Amino acid sequence: MKLTFDRSLCQGHNRCVMVAPSLFTADDDGYAVALVSGEVPIELEGQAILAADNCPEYAITAEP
Amino acid sequence: MDNLPSAEESDHMDQTSPSGRAPVTDWSTDFDHTTAAYAAAAPDIWEQLRDACPVARTERFGGAWLPTRHEDVSRIAKDTKNFTSRSVVVSDWRTDAPAGIGYAPPITSDPPFHTIARSFLLPAFSPAAVQKLRGDTERICDELIDKLLSPADPFIDAASGYAQHIPVRVIAQMLGVPESDGEIFRGFIHRIMEEPGQHHVEPEETMWSYLGGVVTDHREHPRDDLIGYLMSCEINGRPLIDDHVIGTVALLLIAGIDTTWSAIGAALWHLATHPEHQRALRDGTADLPTAVEELLRFYAPVTMARLVAEPVEVGNARMEPEDWVLLSFPAANRDPAAFDRADQVVLDRASNRHLAFGLGIHRCVGSNLARMELTVALERWLDRMPPVSVADPEGVRWSTGQVRGPRALPLRLEIP
Repeated sequence: MKLTFDRSLCQGHNRCVMVAPSLFTADDDGYAVALVSGEVPIELEGQAILAADNCPEYAITAEP
Repeated sequence: MDNLPSAEESDHMDQTSPSGRAPVTDWSTDFDHTTAAYAAAAPDIWEQLRDACPVARTERFGGAWLPTRHEDVSRIAKDTKNFTSRSVVVSDWRTDAPAGIGYAPPITSDPPFHTIARSFLLPAFSPAAVQKLRGDTERICDELIDKLLSPADPFIDAASGYAQHIPVRVIAQMLGVPESDGEIFRGFIHRIMEEPGQHHVEPEETMWSYLGGVVTDHREHPRDDLIGYLMSCEINGRPLIDDHVIGTVALLLIAGIDTTWSAIGAALWHLATHPEHQRALRDGTADLPTAVEELLRFYAPVTMARLVAEPVEVGNARMEPEDWVLLSFPAANRDPAAFDRADQVVLDRASNRHLAFGLGIHRCVGSNLARMELTVALERWLDRMPPVSVADPEGVRWSTGQVRGPRALPLRLEIP
């Protein structure tokens, strides 16, 4: 599974950090920082899907 | 929330309407979100309008629109060219606030000033900064619960006895204003948010005047709180002017209290009317953080507003400059085109791109704080309070205006 994160679309909702803490963290201003880019380890695919499905700004995609 | 100072201090007061509003007969051509009828039945009205319009119109307030589809609300929220945030509370007058800045930066600001004004606040409301307030929030909730349980009276009001106090105490502590002034803040908020422009107020009784005093006090007795921090911020090497500091603090007080109080109250109303959800959250079969997002979707308290800046078409509406547009995030959150089973609270909803905190550059700056307060308020309540039901359905009263939540919530404790 491939994870993409478009930082220019992030508005700091912090939903990805909550549902996918192994894949995202927040910077000092509360914007998301991706901890993994590209191929997602198989055990984190569930988190990747949740992160994509809960981003109100459509800044994250998770594609098989 | 921006309009408060302008509303109360400008010379436009004589143009405002008296408190009694004419009853609405047709919501699609004459809506009025400040009426008790809207407060009591807003979700039904949105549903009806979504099928019928979907962008409703009113000639009240000098002309305003109410989009009800997720698609339209999202588009407007992200369009800072055709829509300005100069004023975000719909009332009978148009603000005389400075264009691009507004009375309560950054919520009333447009780019590029918005970016600067918002940058001061972001670090103070980051997830890490908010996490530091969790312990205090737990203590505040526990103290309120101690009080609710101490007289062993099975009848309580969860709005006035619990929900309304939590955000007041947290934000007062953050800002450095006395917690004991909570009643004064709620008075401002009621006037500004629930009945905008419908009261005559003496200049010395305005929130602006109150906060001017707070800033003066901080100048004389500097301290390490959010107001002190804002007073130390600079734009182009110059400290923020007092009006900027006061406007931002007014914003944080109003936005930080009314909204979260509404979210906590609405969540408790939901639990009191859905014993199966109460049970699921108590016995751990439902995950609280996931449920919190769903309660935020379904009971999103905040409707923002914009003024039209350039002629623009949205759905069936041809909008003209200076028209108001209500950005009903609550209506968008219940649009069946955007959410599966939109009309139901699905506690374990896994995919939930709700707009409770808005969208785009004006995403609620306090969203992490609000989410933490709501989560802690429910956590402590579920942990310590017995099961509850609504004691008197007729006694439940929802607020009018752009922030929606129960202002009276009579519950019965089912003490075994």
